[in-house]
Amino acid sequence: MPIESGWATVGPFFHAVLPWKDGGAMARPETKGEPITIIGCILDAEEQPINDAMIELWQANAAGRYNHPEDTQPGELDPSFQGFGRVTSDAQGCFTVNTIKPGPVRGLGNSWQAPHIEVSVFARGVLKRLVTRLYFEGEPANEHDPVLSLVEETQRRETLMAKPDPKERGRWHFTLRLGGPQETVFFEV
Amino acid sequence: MDPIPYRRETPGTQPPGLWPDYRSTVLRSPRKPLIALPHTLSEVTGPIFGQDRLQSNDADLTSQHKERPIGDRMIVAGRVLDENGRPVAGTLIEIWQANSAGRYFHPRDSRDAPLDPNFTGGGRTLTDEAGRYRFITIKPGYYPWQNHENAWRPAHIHFSVFGSSFVTRLICQMYFEDDPMLRYDPIYMSVPSEAGRKQLLAKFDYELTMPGFGLGYRFDIVLRGRDATPFEADDHAH
Ligand SMILES: [Fe+3]
Repeated sequence: MPIESGWATVGPFFHAVLPWKDGGAMARPETKGEPITIIGCILDAEEQPINDAMIELWQANAAGRYNHPEDTQPGELDPSFQGFGRVTSDAQGCFTVNTIKPGPVRGLGNSWQAPHIEVSVFARGVLKRLVTRLYFEGEPANEHDPVLSLVEETQRRETLMAKPDPKERGRWHFTLRLGGPQETVFFEV
Repeated sequence: MDPIPYRRETPGTQPPGLWPDYRSTVLRSPRKPLIALPHTLSEVTGPIFGQDRLQSNDADLTSQHKERPIGDRMIVAGRVLDENGRPVAGTLIEIWQANSAGRYFHPRDSRDAPLDPNFTGGGRTLTDEAGRYRFITIKPGYYPWQNHENAWRPAHIHFSVFGSSFVTRLICQMYFEDDPMLRYDPIYMSVPSEAGRKQLLAKFDYELTMPGFGLGYRFDIVLRGRDATPFEADDHAH
């Protein structure tokens, strides 16, 4: 059997190819669902902004359905929504994504997962991508989410929560910390 | 029914998060253990891209500009397979690399080596139904970097591949056999097993070599494969 190829960092010079025009515009005006804006920032273990990162996002549509042949749930596909986004961090280590709030997705067994977005972090100094999830603070379904409940140190679940902007509805803030005392929860897939 | 999970990482194939020989990992690697994420619908699905992501000269990096770039032309081709040896068809591959003088067409690469106006070093293609891909490019040069005293990256091409799901995503680097810089390179050396490192080496291939045009190199990429089917898993339980 062949063995899996080994990961390597994207390095600092990927920008000529990887960033896509409109990579952060995941939703169009006609996309069904609640439009949201995610303002993300990415920090290193000393809380310094990481200005050369790439972030990829993958999510279900407003009906909780993924645009992929293996998702045969009954929810309707939305032709205006692929569910994939790719952005790079700016000089302040931040990025902006315009999308819609995903619906709940079936989990394993009879469980349901709270609305969430799969997040991959790539950067110089990151040999293998870091995987995390973005959840929405205040969402009642978070309480029963099977993945959140895998995080035993309950206060660390906070690191997976996007926080609503106190002033502007539909705007969410999400901070990724690759180290330090408030290190984000990362997953092994 | 639950989705069929993908196999977990094969020991020895993947670099660690913290690898102090590569200095930038020190402040950019989580120290708490990663939490194993079960493979739900969110993980076994992923984006699928079509021809609309490609432009006509995307797979030929030597014909994207007015003139031919400077350097040794070469053909890089191979297959994308999964760990079960099955071809991964119709998947997007993106590559980027330095020019023949070892300089990236990038605002942050200010090294004292010439830029080539005819080479921007980016390519894209989709694998065919047998998982095959093919790029025409030029051989990238070595370049120095700031990691340690007298640090040079071996000649390499960066590869980004999606595969069939979120889990199968891979970004790796292709190197050349017999490159003397390999054993001094902390990024190459971060792959723990020799078999894992060998897999990242492109091999000279006479069949791929085009008369009067350029040398051929074969480079196969292996993505994560499915675990046992639920039926088989059931068998093991009894
Ligand atoms: Fe490089």
